[in-house]
Amino acid sequence: MRYLTDRKRAEGKGASGTGTEHHWYMTVSAVGLAVMVPTFLYIFGSTLGGSHEEVLATFQRPFVAILSAMVLVVGLNHFHRGARVLIEDYMRGMNRKFALIFVITFSYFLMAAGLYALAKIAL
Amino acid sequence: MVQFTLPKNSKIRTGKTWPKPEGATNIRKFQIYRWNPDDGQNPSVDTYWVDMDTCGPMVLDALIKIKNEIDPTLTFRRSCREGICGSCAMNIDGINTLACIYGMDDVKGDVKIYPLPHMPVVKDLIPDLTHFYAQHASIMPWLETKTNRPQTEWRQTIEDRKKLDGLYECVMCASCSTSCPSYWWNGDKYLGPAALLHAYRWIIDSRDEATGERLDDLEDPFKLYRCHTIMNCTKTCPKGLNPAKAIAHIKKMLVDRVV
Repeated sequence: MRYLTDRKRAEGKGASGTGTEHHWYMTVSAVGLAVMVPTFLYIFGSTLGGSHEEVLATFQRPFVAILSAMVLVVGLNHFHRGARVLIEDYMRGMNRKFALIFVITFSYFLMAAGLYALAKIAL
Repeated sequence: MVQFTLPKNSKIRTGKTWPKPEGATNIRKFQIYRWNPDDGQNPSVDTYWVDMDTCGPMVLDALIKIKNEIDPTLTFRRSCREGICGSCAMNIDGINTLACIYGMDDVKGDVKIYPLPHMPVVKDLIPDLTHFYAQHASIMPWLETKTNRPQTEWRQTIEDRKKLDGLYECVMCASCSTSCPSYWWNGDKYLGPAALLHAYRWIIDSRDEATGERLDDLEDPFKLYRCHTIMNCTKTCPKGLNPAKAIAHIKKMLVDRVV
């Protein structure tokens, strides 16, 4: 037990001056995803049961390709920022840092892999 | 990691069952958390029977009756007995509330009483609120001004004064903060609904001149943004206040500064 005053414990290291950007991004991306995801799912669902060529043709259309890319980028950015909040809530110390590194890296990897696949189909 | 089970020395055991009052026909069972730091035992839940014909209507009346007539070692805080001081906040029937204004009629079945959750216990129903009070002090709950003090009072319009309604009534009972899962997991850094409600009370006070500094002090992923709008605070507040709304307003003000 360290000899710290109650006030010093409560103040901690002070305010980091961050968090608002994260809050605003999550709000804006949530609104964007609320429109984009249903549209993407509708298009994706309409390709189910189609032949390979039909699916490729659908995702080669500029609107669908751009929408898919946006869902990937915005969705995975939204995901890793949301996961960050979860990790910060429930994990401590180095585990927290490792988990954050993993989630962020994994999200960017998924994003890159998805964009690569999309580019291969669309271009 | 967050602890999802109680530590070994906090596991609750079955405690003493006190005898029923003799000759009483209208009795009610009370199960009350007990822990004494001096006896080295784990916490227990003692069972008491109270004669409701000779007891007041509020839970605090029953606690005082138990202490006076059955078990003088039962320890709890109380003072005003009318919902103004906030001393008798405890968890009754699963709800954080003030024992003095919580009627026993509102409880179905046995009356189960525990200290406010997720706080260190001093003894029996008394939580250690040291950190909670220090967090409240950290938001500077007083009028901060830079202009020279006026000859008379700091003036305020009726409209600006009305903005403080629903905020100034908070009695710092800690019911809201201790009902908040975010405060349970990160109470060391997260200020909690009570301190944030008070912070907002001073931020929107038209006479206060430290709005920017106050917002600066709150802009932090842990101090403020641990609030996930769970709303337990608003649901449990025994004074009917809305800390979640106050926190949402702080977030909005912070966004307004940058967007």
